[in-house]
Amino acid sequence: MNTVLLEASGIGKRFGGVQALKDVSLTIKSGEIYGLIGPNGAGKTTLFNVFTGLYPRDCGEVQFAGAALDLASPHAVAAAGIARTFQNIRLFANMTALENVMVGRHVRTRAGVFSAILRTRAERTEEAAIRRRAEELLHYVGIADRADDLARQLSYGDQRRLEIARALATDPKLLALDEPAAGMNATETTALRSLIEGLRRDGLTVLLIEHDVKLVMGLCDRVAVLDYGEKIAEDVPEAVRANPKVIEAYLGASAA
Amino acid sequence: MDILLQQIINGLTTGSVYAVVALGYTMVYGVIQLINFAHGEVVMIGAMVAFSIITSLAGSGLPPLVIVLAGVLAAIPACMTMGYLLERVAYRPLRHAPRLAPLITAIGMSIVLQHLALLAWGRNPLAFPQIIDNRVFGIGGAAISSVQIAIILLSLTMMAGLSWFVYRTRFGIAIRATAENVHVAGLMGVNADRVIAVTFIIGAGLGAVAGVMYGSYYGIAHYTMGFSLGLKAFSAAVLGGIGNIAGAMVGGILLGLVEALGTGYVGEFTDLCHWPIAHGWLSAQCADGGNFVLFGSNYQDVFAFLMLILVLVFRPSGLLGERVSERA
Repeated sequence: MNTVLLEASGIGKRFGGVQALKDVSLTIKSGEIYGLIGPNGAGKTTLFNVFTGLYPRDCGEVQFAGAALDLASPHAVAAAGIARTFQNIRLFANMTALENVMVGRHVRTRAGVFSAILRTRAERTEEAAIRRRAEELLHYVGIADRADDLARQLSYGDQRRLEIARALATDPKLLALDEPAAGMNATETTALRSLIEGLRRDGLTVLLIEHDVKLVMGLCDRVAVLDYGEKIAEDVPEAVRANPKVIEAYLGASAA
Repeated sequence: MDILLQQIINGLTTGSVYAVVALGYTMVYGVIQLINFAHGEVVMIGAMVAFSIITSLAGSGLPPLVIVLAGVLAAIPACMTMGYLLERVAYRPLRHAPRLAPLITAIGMSIVLQHLALLAWGRNPLAFPQIIDNRVFGIGGAAISSVQIAIILLSLTMMAGLSWFVYRTRFGIAIRATAENVHVAGLMGVNADRVIAVTFIIGAGLGAVAGVMYGSYYGIAHYTMGFSLGLKAFSAAVLGGIGNIAGAMVGGILLGLVEALGTGYVGEFTDLCHWPIAHGWLSAQCADGGNFVLFGSNYQDVFAFLMLILVLVFRPSGLLGERVSERA
C-alpha cells in the first residue's frame, strides 16, 4: 500500500467549555482521497483549521511527509505542502481570477519590491512563469475563459473551482477541501466530482470534508467519521456505511 | 483675465498634490484599516528636509535643477525611513489591539513629529530660495507657471507609476491580496508584515515629493503645514472612497478644483450688492461700485471640509468606494 503522508495523533482542541476535538488520530496515505464526515458541529472544520495552522491545538502531534509539521502559522503549513479551500469561499473578490491564482504562487516564489520596480530579467522571467502556471491551473479546473473576470463576478460553482486552482498554485502535497459541494446544484456537483477524481489521477492526495454523504461515499478511498469531537470510525466507505455507531450518530440511537 | 480657467489651473495644481498625499492615507488604510494621521507630518518633514538642503546649496553655484533634485532625493529616503519607523515602532505592536488604540497612537505620533520638527527647524517658516526662474505662460487668458506645470506633470507621473506597481506587478498583487484578506493572503505565502511595511514606505516616499511640491508652490515650509495639508488629503481620500487608490486620485484633484473654484467665486456670489435686496444703507454701501461681501477668499479651507461633510452624509463609502459591510 501507499506511504503515509499525514499522521495525526492525539489531537485535542477546547473552546472554553466545549471540547471540540478529543484525542483524534488519523492517517492519510499518499494518493488517496480521504473523506471526513460527521453531523453538524462534530468538529470537522475545527480539525481542518488545526491542520492548516489557523487554530492552535491544545495537544497532539502531526507528522507530515516524514517530518513534524510546524503548525505555528498558516504560512508555514502552506510552505510544508498543505493547501486548503474554505467552506465559505474566501477569494480575493476584487482581483481577477488569474491574479487570485498568481497570489497562490507566493508560497513557492519570492516577490521583491526592488526587482518589481526595476523589472530585472529574472523578475520578468519568473513573473511570466507564474502567469503561465496560473493560466494552466485555470484551464485545469475548467475556467480558463474567465481569467480576466473579477472573482466576485464568477458564478458560485466557478468560484469554488477558482479556490481550488488557487490552492493548487501553492504546489500542495495535500489538498484539503472544506465542503466543496456546499450550495452546489446537481450538475455542478457532478462536475466537481470529476475534477476531484482528476486530482487523484494526477497523484494528489485529497482530504475532503463534505456533507453530501453520497459524494463522499462514491469518491473516497477511506472515510473517517467524527461525532462530538471524537473519531468513531475510519474505514473504506462500505464498512463505514454499515457501522452501527455511524448510523446512530447520523440517525439517532433508535435507528441503530 | 479668465477667472474660471485660472482657478481650474490653480485647482489642478493643489489638487494633484492632495491626490499624491491622499494615496499615502488610502494605501495604508487599504491594508490595515488604519487612518495614519501622522502622514501629514511625514509630508511636512519631507518639505523641511528638502528646503534645508536646497537652502544650504543655494549659494554653491550648482545648476538650480540639480539643487532641487538633491533636496528631493534627500527628502525621499528621510521620509521613507520615517514611514517605516512609524509602522514598526508605533503601529505594529498594536496590530491586534482594538482599532481605537492605533488611531489614538497615530494622532500622538502626529503631535510628536510636529514638535520634533519644531525643535529641529524652529518656529519660523523656511523660505524657498528663489533659485528657479519661475516662468509664466499665458494660455487662454489665464496664466500657468513652470512650477505649476512641473507639479501637475510630476504628480501624474507618480500616480501612473503607483497604479502600474499596484495593478501590474507581483508585489502589487500581494498588496491587494493583503488588503482584501490578510489571513488568506498569509495562507498563500504572502508575508503580511513585509507588505504592510512596504505600503508605509511607498506612501511616505510619495508624501516626501508632495511636501516639496506643496512647499515650493507656496514658497514656504513650516512645521505646522502637515496638519491642514494632511487633513485635506485625508478628506480627499474619504471623498474618493478610503482604501481605493483610484478614488484617492480622483478625490484629490476634485477637492483641489472645488477649493480653487470656491475660493475664486465665493466673494462674488456672497456679495450682497449683487443680490436683489439692495435698499437703505446697503444701497449706499453698494453705490459707486462698492461691495458688501459676506464670505471672502479667506474661507478657502471651508470648502474641503464642507465637501467632506456632504460626502459623509450622502455617500459614506466615497465616490468610488464600494458599499461594503464590516469585514468579518
